[in-house]
Parts: sequence; structure tokens; C-alpha cells
Amino acid sequence: MADLMNANRSTSPLADGNSSISISETDVSCRVPLFVLFVSAAIWLFLASVFGLMASVKFHDPNFLSNTAFLTYGRVHPVATNALLYGFGIQAGLGVALWILARLGNTRVAQPLVIAIGGSLWNLGVLVGIFEIFLGNSTGFEALEMPGYAAVFLFLGYLLIGICAATTLHSRRERRLESPQWFFLAALFWFAWIYSTAMLLLGGTPVRGITQAIVAWWFSANLQNVWLVFVGLAASFYFIPLLMNRKLHSQYLALLTFWTLILFASWSGIPNSAPVPAWIPAVSTVATVLTIITVLAVIVNVYKTVGYGCSQTSNPPSGKFFAFGIAAFVVAWLMNIAAAIPDINSVLHFTWFTTAQWHLNVYGFFSLTMLGAIYYIVPLVTGMEWPFVKWVRAHYWLAAIGTIVLVLPMAIGGVIQGTKLSNPQVSFIETAKGMLPFLKASSVGELFILLGHLLLLINIIALSVRYHKKHFVPVYEAATAELKPSEAKS
Amino acid sequence: MNYGPLIFLAAFLGLSASWFGFVLTPQVQIGREQQATNTVNTAEMYPQALPGLANQGLEVYRENGCVYCHSQQVRQNGTAVNVLLSDAGTNATAVVEALLKANVGVTNADEVNVSGAPKILLRDTTVERAKAAVTALNGAGAKASVELQPLGPDIARGWGTRRTVAADYLYEHTVFPGSQRVGPDLANVALRLPDGNWQLRHLYSPAAEVSGSPMPAYKFLFEERKLEPGQRASGDAILLNASGEFFDPAKNNGPAVSEIIPKPEAKALVAYLLSRRAETPLFVAPMTPPPAANNSSATNTPAATAATGSTNAPAK
Repeated sequence: MADLMNANRSTSPLADGNSSISISETDVSCRVPLFVLFVSAAIWLFLASVFGLMASVKFHDPNFLSNTAFLTYGRVHPVATNALLYGFGIQAGLGVALWILARLGNTRVAQPLVIAIGGSLWNLGVLVGIFEIFLGNSTGFEALEMPGYAAVFLFLGYLLIGICAATTLHSRRERRLESPQWFFLAALFWFAWIYSTAMLLLGGTPVRGITQAIVAWWFSANLQNVWLVFVGLAASFYFIPLLMNRKLHSQYLALLTFWTLILFASWSGIPNSAPVPAWIPAVSTVATVLTIITVLAVIVNVYKTVGYGCSQTSNPPSGKFFAFGIAAFVVAWLMNIAAAIPDINSVLHFTWFTTAQWHLNVYGFFSLTMLGAIYYIVPLVTGMEWPFVKWVRAHYWLAAIGTIVLVLPMAIGGVIQGTKLSNPQVSFIETAKGMLPFLKASSVGELFILLGHLLLLINIIALSVRYHKKHFVPVYEAATAELKPSEAKS
Repeated sequence: MNYGPLIFLAAFLGLSASWFGFVLTPQVQIGREQQATNTVNTAEMYPQALPGLANQGLEVYRENGCVYCHSQQVRQNGTAVNVLLSDAGTNATAVVEALLKANVGVTNADEVNVSGAPKILLRDTTVERAKAAVTALNGAGAKASVELQPLGPDIARGWGTRRTVAADYLYEHTVFPGSQRVGPDLANVALRLPDGNWQLRHLYSPAAEVSGSPMPAYKFLFEERKLEPGQRASGDAILLNASGEFFDPAKNNGPAVSEIIPKPEAKALVAYLLSRRAETPLFVAPMTPPPAANNSSATNTPAATAATGSTNAPAK
């Protein structure tokens, strides 16, 4: 293994005279951890979209696969969301974080084997959790359905990976911290706290009554509005300037984004009409509306960085993913802010609009940004091109069109559903029937997304097979070849 | 921001602030809430803990993910203060005069029609005016009272008589306020649909009970058995005819060829659904209960599985 790692070494000293390691050495050190994290993430992403499509079809065809308890909508839906958030989202995020931290710090990633073990523990946790949800042991709280048995593995895996990532950051040779590094460092710490708090207060020693819902809403907002955004924006703030061969337009705006995310987005998530003391939704609404500052800061920063030179990116397919991701971020967060305003919330709460916003944030923004990063990172780290290069672009188009076809009808349908729900003269079954055409359209979007993920899965597995053939097979054959008489020791 | 410890400190302070605000403080404020008293019948404590079968039903509700389509939260936009005239008394003219003199915003005698009681005489007024009107009306020989009417589309739809408050969830060991209304709100489903047999039939085949329903069928909660000709059905079975519809002797769509027997999970789930009621007036959610609900023996006892028609179900 060490021979393989040294195969591509070429040192070049930095101006300060210290011997540094080359870029390729940082990349090579990431091979084992990123293999575990990215291949697993791709598999979970595909599974998440299979179950997501299944759940989506069940709306306009309720008796589709409904004969067993295993595949009832109430179990398939949390499997899909958890596979997307935990199986793909956090894993891919950690993989991208490790690579960017190693690159920015100009250092090898710390303890690759420990990270790989952490990744395997994480995957074991997700597998156990998904199984438990199918068996009916879900916790019942959204975004937190995987029960305690799984949570232990998830937490241990995360700790191992997080500590190695922090060590990588600590051992950096470039002392100055760029904005992606602030975001990643905060994110590493963030998930550990919110997840342990949520699992303890909802699973371990449950709090009483509606306080459970408040903790669940707090966790959900901090995971989806803070952690995912930290990691997604960090990747965007790294890759967009890199692909444009420029620097990020303003460190001050990045700092503003960082602070407003920490201070405002962490207080979002409590719905306006919640049956809790009135100050809680009031504070949450104010904080959510104030996150407009984050959105504006990101818009200005990215726009000024890119300027009119969109066509000058040095890696067009990845660049497209990041561009769509930022656009999805802006729209998703504007939807979130609009839906938090009390007058609008009284119409849009409990409708498909919030689901559409969730999809746009978690999938349109975060997942697409991670996909762009994966498509960029893997060739550098393995030293091999994607076996099916054209499929990267095809995946982008499938993902982009799929996301729009998934989100837009659902959002429009949600607004119509909300206005009907607010009108007591309209019978409830009318609102349910009225949603059907929009849900059918959304299912088509899910299908496109599924096809895109299939392309990624085949691509990454084919690349792994090629890597195996190129690196492992010769070594194995050399090790198991017959000894020549001159080599045989007496 | 060039220092790792500084970033960590920023993240720590930010997260601990939101943890303080949304995890610790709510726990301090409402995490140890005790039972509240019913404002109409103060001897009654609210809520009561769920009985055993309903508790098991809560687990079935959680396992099958019912919360992803149903909410359990009634919203309210405001409260209207009305003056309810129960009885106009013997001297209608005196009553009208007393009302006009009471300075409650009614100046024209033509607007006031005290016949046809019980009726709402003054609608959506203020508390002070309502109290003054009631005093005047009662002094003139009529019987009047202040009525608090919660307002909002959820309430107008019949999904509840008042908004959901924290006390309603006090004894649920997992709460399900929900975030989607693909299906109707279930906070007060026991008031709307108190028949346990209807609930069972609906679980088995939602489209048969509610035409066009997008709810999936939960047939796996039931056991289906063929009936031999002349065989008696099991005790709690629901009968099906040859085309798979529910056998209804009144419609004469027989003969019954098979029976479906609810499994324990189905019975538990129905018990849980029939415990979904929150119409007790509380200090934090004041309302005037409908007249039939003043029968205190029925307000808070969770209905049995096969309810024989509860006494206090308001009109659907």
C-alpha cells in the first residue's frame, strides 16, 4: 500500500524553504477514506432515490406495494429521507470536508485508516437504522427516525471522522484559515452536539409532552438549515473560485455569512402555529426572516466572484452542479423565509410547499453541490478519469431538470392546497384530490433524479473496478507469482 | 478569522445560545407541566393518561408512520366574544330597551330581534360590552350568557372546538403534532368519528368509506378468512361480500363470503384514534363548550373501542 501511495510523489519546495508535500500527495492520502465515504454515499443516494420514487408513486396510487407493513408509505418515506440525509448527505459532506481541509492546509489527511473505520461504522449505523425503520422501530420524529441502536454507531463513526478532520486542520502547513475551513470546523462540532442532544432527550430520557417536538424541530433545523448549509457553502466557496481561477470576492461577506448562519439559522425551525409558549415561534420567525442577510451575502459574494465569466470555468460539468446548487440555495431559503412569515405561514404550513422547500434545500442545493465536488475530487484522488465521462454531464441535466420538475409542481400545488385548506367551505377530500396532478408531475422528477443517481453509481463502481485492476491486481499477481530458482532461499 | 480556537468558540457560543433558547428554556418552562384544571368543571383534571390499549395504539401509529400524512394540531386565529340569548323571557320590549340602554354599541331598536332564542344576540364584540349586555339582559328578565367562540379555518371545518395547547400532549410518551395534512387533522377525530367499527373499516379500505381517499389500505393489520357456507362469523369480524365490499344487511349486498378480523395492532390503533379528543376548556384556551358537553362524566373519559355513540359529540 505504501508503495502505491509513493508512486506519484513529486515534491516541490515552497517559497518559505520548508519542504512541503505536493498536491498529489495530499490527494493520494485521501484515497482510502474517500473510497469508503464516496462509494457508500453513492450507494445510499441511489437507494434513497429508489425509495423516494416509491413513496412518491404511492400518493397517486395508494395501493402500490401497500400489502405489507414493510413497504407502507409511513415506513418507506422515512427510509428515503434518512438514506438521503445520513447515508448520502453527511457522508459525502464529511468526505468533501476532509479533502478540502487537506488541500487548503497543504497537508496529508490524518489517519486515513481511522477515517475509513469511522466511515464503515457510520454505514453500519445507517444500515441498522434503515432496517429498524422498516421493522417499525422508528422514533417517530422527522429527520431523526433512526433509533438508538443505530445512533450509537453513527455517533462513534462521526467522532472518529471528526477527530481526524480536526487533526488534519490542526496539522496544516498553511496557517491562514480560509472561509471553507471556518465552515467545516464549525460543522464538525455542530452535528456532534445536536445529534447527541436530540437522541438523549428524545430517545434516552425523553422530555415530556410538546417539549419533545420543540427539541425535534430544533434538531431538524440545525441539521438542515445549519449543518448542510455550512458544508454546502464551504464546498461552494472553495470550488467556485477554484473553477473560475479567481479568489472569493469578499472574505468579509463570507464572515458575515458564517456569523448569520450561526446566530440566526440555528434558531429557525419552529412553526408559527406550534402549540408552545408564544415566544418560541416568535423568536424562531424573527430569526428565520433575518437569515435573508445570509442569502444576500451569498448572492453578492458568488455573483461578484463569477461575474460574467460563467463560461470560463475550467471544469464545466462540476461547475454546472455548483451553479445550480447556489441557485437552489437562494430559492430554497427565500421560500423558507416567506413560509415563516405569520400570514403566509397560516396558509402554507402543513402543505406540500414545505416538502418542496425541503427537497430544494437538501437535494437541489446540498446534494447537487456534493455531487459536483465528488465528480471533481475522485479523478484527482484516484489519478484516473471517470470511465463514462459523458455521463457526468448527463447526470447534471437529469439532476437539474429532475429537481425542477420535482419541486416546482409540488410548491405550486402546495400553495393551492394551502388556500383551499384555509377555506372551510372546501371539503378536505377536494384538497386531497386537487393535489394529484401535481404529485404525478413530481414523481416524474423523482424518476429523472433516480436515473441520474444510477449513472453515478455505475460510474463510481466502474472506476473502482478499474482502480482495482490497475493497482491491486498487478501487486497480487506479483506477490503470488511463482518464485524463480534464483530468488528461492535455501 | 485565522485562529482555529476562535472559530470553535464562535460555533460553541452560537450553538449553546440556541440550545439554551430552544432546548433548556422550554424544558424549564413547560417540561414539568402538571395537569391543568377544566375551567368549566374545576374538579376535573386534564389531561388524563391514555389507557393501556390506546398507549399500544400510539406505538402502532408511530411504527406505521401515520404522522407523515396526518397532523394532530388544531390552529386558531382568534376568539369571538358573543352574547348568547338562551331565553327572551316574558317582556321582549323591556329586554330590547335594556340592551339599548346598556351602551354596548347597539343603537337601533330595529337591529335587535330577541325572538327565536336560543340565538346569538351580539356577535364578535368585546369582553366588557358582552358582560354589560349580559347584566342588562338578565336584569330585564331574559337569560343570557357570554360565549367564547374560537375562530379559524380548522375550527370551522369541525376539526376541533379550540386550539391545541401544550397541555393536550402532556401524557403522550411520543407526541405527533405532524407537519403535513395529506389526510385530515386527527386531534379530535374521536369527536367526529366515534364509531370504532367505522375506523376499522376505514383502515382496511379507506376508499370504501371515503370516496377518492388517497390513504393506502392497511390490510396487513387484519386477517382475512373465508367463510364456509353456513359458518358463523367470528366475534369481532367485519364481513365482506363476494366482490370484496363490506357486507351491509341493510343494503342487501350479501351473501357474506369472507370475514376480516382485526389484529391486536388494529384494535390498539383504533383505541388510540378514539382517544384523540381535546375539547376541554382550559385557562390557556378558553371557550364555551357546546351545551351537550356539560355532561361531565363524558368529557374526559376516553371512549371504549367499539363506542356505542358518545354523548357529547358536537355536530360534524
